[in-house]
Amino acid sequence: MAKKQIMPLWFYQLASPKYCYQITSKLLPLFAGAALVLLSVGIVWGLLFAPQDYQQGNSFRIIYIHVPSAILAQSIYITMALSGAIGIIWKMKVADMVAYACAPIGASMAFIALMTGAIWGKPTWGSWWVWDARLTSMLILLFLYFGVMALYSAMENNANAARATAILSLVGLVNIPIIKYSVDWWNTLHQPATFTLTKKPAMPVEMWLPLLVMLIGFYCFFATAMMLRLRNEILRREKRAGWVKKMITKT
Amino acid sequence: MLNAFWAELKRDLLLAFRNRGDLLNPLLFFVMVAALFPLGVSPAADFLAKLAPGVLWVCALLSALLSLDSLFKSDYEDGTLEQLLLSSESSYTLAMAKTIAHWLTTGLPLAILAPLLAVMLFLPTQAIGVLVLSLLIGTPTLSLIGAIASALTVGLKKGGVLISLIVIPLYIPVLIFGASAVQNATLGLPVSAHLAILGAMLILSVVLAPFAIAASLRMSVSN
Amino acid sequence: MQFNTWLDFIHMGGHGFYVWLSFGVSILVLMTNIVSPWLSIKGTEKSLARKFQRESKGQ
Repeated sequence: MAKKQIMPLWFYQLASPKYCYQITSKLLPLFAGAALVLLSVGIVWGLLFAPQDYQQGNSFRIIYIHVPSAILAQSIYITMALSGAIGIIWKMKVADMVAYACAPIGASMAFIALMTGAIWGKPTWGSWWVWDARLTSMLILLFLYFGVMALYSAMENNANAARATAILSLVGLVNIPIIKYSVDWWNTLHQPATFTLTKKPAMPVEMWLPLLVMLIGFYCFFATAMMLRLRNEILRREKRAGWVKKMITKT
Repeated sequence: MLNAFWAELKRDLLLAFRNRGDLLNPLLFFVMVAALFPLGVSPAADFLAKLAPGVLWVCALLSALLSLDSLFKSDYEDGTLEQLLLSSESSYTLAMAKTIAHWLTTGLPLAILAPLLAVMLFLPTQAIGVLVLSLLIGTPTLSLIGAIASALTVGLKKGGVLISLIVIPLYIPVLIFGASAVQNATLGLPVSAHLAILGAMLILSVVLAPFAIAASLRMSVSN
Repeated sequence: MQFNTWLDFIHMGGHGFYVWLSFGVSILVLMTNIVSPWLSIKGTEKSLARKFQRESKGQ
């Protein structure tokens, strides 16, 4: 009697590298187009049309990159950890490849968030770096990404590398709330409440609407970059498969 | 299951004591690194006293890091690890036994040695008790988390610096609460909340870490 | 429009350096994340095409 399958059919279909390659062929132009449109609109809106902050002036516009990249850095880490878990539990190579594809993109996002945060700090607080709770947490997240990437590159066997980085990202995932809580708490000790880099509730619509556009644009960007890396990895690993040969020699 | 636990613990402690010199290394490191700070910065008592809680905790962290590389290495190299994992005994208990043995030979002596360093760095006497207590609660957590990293890299040739890269972000919460507990003690403020949080982190690690350690060991051994 | 002239736009009320530095480096990093895998795919396709050609010739 067939084992009852818990997940829907498309989940198991995605386990096939060939199926993934075909699906991403169709999805890639969609997400790439969406990312291009949303990011262009968002950037123009944020730079030209959104009002400047009465306290911070025009440097406030950096928020349109800082906040989306910070949110993405965290979302991508979660994605990486969860795909790693799926790879271990369901023994799916594709899930491992997705996790591998996510890591450098997430690290780039964390880097962008840190850099824009630091640059924003100069006109706002007068120095290039501040041990602000958010920036410090983002720095630690970047370290976590580096750890995963370093571990992956140190292991030669692909299957073991995938398992090891999956375990490490899951351990990191459990730790992230603890780290955030600790850093927030540490920050209140050493810095009496100053205004945060991003004032959330008090933002009028003209300010947060472009932010929303940028955020969705960033997510579409992540999907595009991740699918590109995934396709690259699928080609590399499945190069001996029949469908790859057919596809390459046909073009 | 308990028999296997004690057997493994006894074995690891016996092996550790056969190489007593190796046991001393992290402790000597602890002392020497702590001594670097007055030499590198300033020997002024009031200045050092302000730095002391953080410096002592960072030194303890670094010494813990140093000892992680050899946690599973020798058993891995002679094949014992594989046999232990293949045995019918639960790998959770195996992981716990090895980590406790590690803590007994590194974290515990560190906590006992700490008052000596506290005197060297002019930590106010009222804080020394809290220093030892925070180290006693914190270092087992460091051993548990560190054991995960050690298990992940045991099959690699150049595991040493990689372990530090992996584990330092995970150590930061323990560092924050440990150091601030000692800091509060120097100012005469209450420390029970800090120690309670350190305790909570320890309990979380005790419950979760051995699973990760066992999974990592299986992965490393299957090479 | 928040700015009256192009010069005002670039100047950004004195914060121009910071704004343009942030946006510039960020866009650079984002582009790298797209271009690098794209080039890699093209390279893999080319080398695989060559390899399959060699194999079919050899048979």
